[in-house]
Amino acid sequence: MDAAFTVEELEFQREVQEFLETEFPKDTRAKVEQRVHLDKEDYVRWQKILAAKGWAAPNWPVEYGGTGWTSVQKYIFAQEMAKVGAMEPVAFGMKMVAPVIYTYGSDEQKQRFLPDILNSNVWWCQGYSEPNAGSDLASLKTTAVRDGDHYVVNGTKTWNTLGQYADWIFCLVRTDNTVKKQEGISFLLIDMKTPGIKLSPIYLIDGTPEVNEVYFENVRVPVDNLIGEENKGWTYAKVLLTHERTNIAGVPRSKTRLAKLKELAATTPDGSGGMLIDDPVFSKKLADTEIQVLALEYAELRTLAAVSTGKAPGPESSILKIVGTEATQYLDELFMELAALHSLPFVPDQFEDDFEGEMIGEDGAAATALHYFNNRKQSIFGGSNEIQKNIISKAVLGL
Amino acid sequence: MDFSYSDEQQMLQDSVQKFVQRHYSFDDRKALIDSEIGFGAENWKLFAELGWLTVPFKPEDDGFGGLATDIMVLMEEFGKAMVIEPFIPTAILGGGFISQLGSDEQRSTYIPQIMEGKLQFAAALSESGSRYNLANVSCLATKKGDKYVLNGKKIVVLNGPAADQIVVSARSSGEQCDEQGISLFLVDASASGVSKQSYTTMDGHRAAELSLDNVSVAESCLLGPLGGAYATLVSVTDTATLAVCAEAVGALDSLLKKTVEYAKTRKQFGTAIGTFQALQHRMADMFIECQLARSITIMAAMTLDGDHTAQEKQKAVSAAKARVGKAIRKVGQEAVQLHGGIGITEELDVGHFFKRVTGIETLFGNSDFHSKRFAKL
Repeated sequence: MDAAFTVEELEFQREVQEFLETEFPKDTRAKVEQRVHLDKEDYVRWQKILAAKGWAAPNWPVEYGGTGWTSVQKYIFAQEMAKVGAMEPVAFGMKMVAPVIYTYGSDEQKQRFLPDILNSNVWWCQGYSEPNAGSDLASLKTTAVRDGDHYVVNGTKTWNTLGQYADWIFCLVRTDNTVKKQEGISFLLIDMKTPGIKLSPIYLIDGTPEVNEVYFENVRVPVDNLIGEENKGWTYAKVLLTHERTNIAGVPRSKTRLAKLKELAATTPDGSGGMLIDDPVFSKKLADTEIQVLALEYAELRTLAAVSTGKAPGPESSILKIVGTEATQYLDELFMELAALHSLPFVPDQFEDDFEGEMIGEDGAAATALHYFNNRKQSIFGGSNEIQKNIISKAVLGL
Repeated sequence: MDFSYSDEQQMLQDSVQKFVQRHYSFDDRKALIDSEIGFGAENWKLFAELGWLTVPFKPEDDGFGGLATDIMVLMEEFGKAMVIEPFIPTAILGGGFISQLGSDEQRSTYIPQIMEGKLQFAAALSESGSRYNLANVSCLATKKGDKYVLNGKKIVVLNGPAADQIVVSARSSGEQCDEQGISLFLVDASASGVSKQSYTTMDGHRAAELSLDNVSVAESCLLGPLGGAYATLVSVTDTATLAVCAEAVGALDSLLKKTVEYAKTRKQFGTAIGTFQALQHRMADMFIECQLARSITIMAAMTLDGDHTAQEKQKAVSAAKARVGKAIRKVGQEAVQLHGGIGITEELDVGHFFKRVTGIETLFGNSDFHSKRFAKL
């Protein structure tokens, strides 16, 4: 056991810091700091810079464009990225469908899809949940019926995040109705431009159309777009979900946000002549959160160490999902408490790039409620936290 | 001990319930929020006709009685439907300050017009950096001839956009957090030097940032003694605090009811999710929170109406707001979580109840503020 960085690791940390300082676009950094809404171009530009450096996909195997870093290097990289507010890639391509493609896809599929994901040329979205298949994902009803060299897809997917910007969607579809529900599911890649696909936005309570319903009506998908074997999709989907869960912990980002909270608390008046950082109640909340994030960080490091010795993330990754999302949500509550009355104004326009009016509220205070509301999704998506507890009960505790 | 409603309170409750049934569907409310003034002008007239605007006023002002328990009954029903008309800023805060501090002339000028639904009020009591401390006032009132000149900025003034008159707390003497030296002034919203930056709040209400730049007000616009408004500032704000607690009790009840209903009908894994014991216990916990929030709100209302010292009353209100805030967080978050994704969409009312109660959590001081005030009193 040794938690200290080696000389080489410290050198690597400096290299990452220098790279971020010079290459992470200054205008994007300013937007992040002012809580301005980022657009697709911000993500694509940054992703291409990372790809050019060869650092776009630290978790991929080297042969497909991964970095070959140790788990400590990956940890350092993620931490330094979060410190300057550099965005993680949108997960659907890089972190979700790509591991499925390089693990279960054909060589042709790997060559066809992975380079464009790595270079952010093609954006992906997710077609998992359905209106009546949420936590009970395996009960999904969208069908894919074989017709010559094509599947014909019919059905509705929901909670499709950012599909309005996506070029491709990966879908779980039912290819066999006669077997146990998990055994009749296949994993299909579908071009969003295929005739018969329609998108309809769902507005969330923070006012954003972040998610969509996606309708498939007689959508013809080439059989070549099937991943692995027909009716084995559930196995692939579960692998994808463990990757999603592991990525969800968000420790580096939580640490950065904690630092920001402390910084704000040091300059935010407590209303009675002092500063909020000296308020024993608020500072205890900050300390408790920091301790929780520290415990989470070491839980994550232990999981990553196991993964780096060749194991796939196991059911323990559910811990990271539960605790990580709860930490994110609790930090939202603290930001809102810090903002006090200025958490009340609903002024999303002032967090858009083209806003030119007078800002209401100091330091993005008026965005804190938006974040609090939006991030309630965290304990719901990626397999709700209740489902994660079911996984722990069954797969870890054997209950 | 008697916790039952009086006949008058029963009638009040019935009349709000009937109004809500007829005029306040979720879609009706949405249309009001999207309208130019952000609430129902017709509804406001109806509030006046039904006598609801007299509820916070004492019999000597020709009011319904001015009892906190009456306000509680009314506000709970408002909470169940998320009524957005500016009852608190106009009738409880504006009306309260005038009723408590106003001269005979001020009272007879304004109170009848409030009760008839003809005047809208706002109270500008908070500043950037004052958080929830009502004594933290840096807005200045300077005597100039027979007038007062006001200078300063106020934040999150509820009903600021629609208000005809704004009650402004300003300092004529003392240091920034002194209780002495704070006065209340009635400021005409159209007076020269008054500027407003208006917006909708997270929960669909309207508010404004207020700027006072050499606003000249007549001596007759001073409410009560110069520099001696603090005690009333606190007691009237406490009544408003009790009112939002009662509103939250109603809204939390709606959230619980809707969650239980959803759990009975939403099927996953071949059965209604309400059959899962893990979820049943969480709804049982929500029910416990709702009951405790209701109980402590009743305690506070009864204390405000009883023969108690100012300190005891303040302590009771802080107990209620601190505890209700805790219930809000628990019940609000659980209602959303048990609904799943649909709980955070615009289309379902659950997310809107969640936003309203979250707004209430902050209004007039959050749980931490009130726990600390409780401890100090």
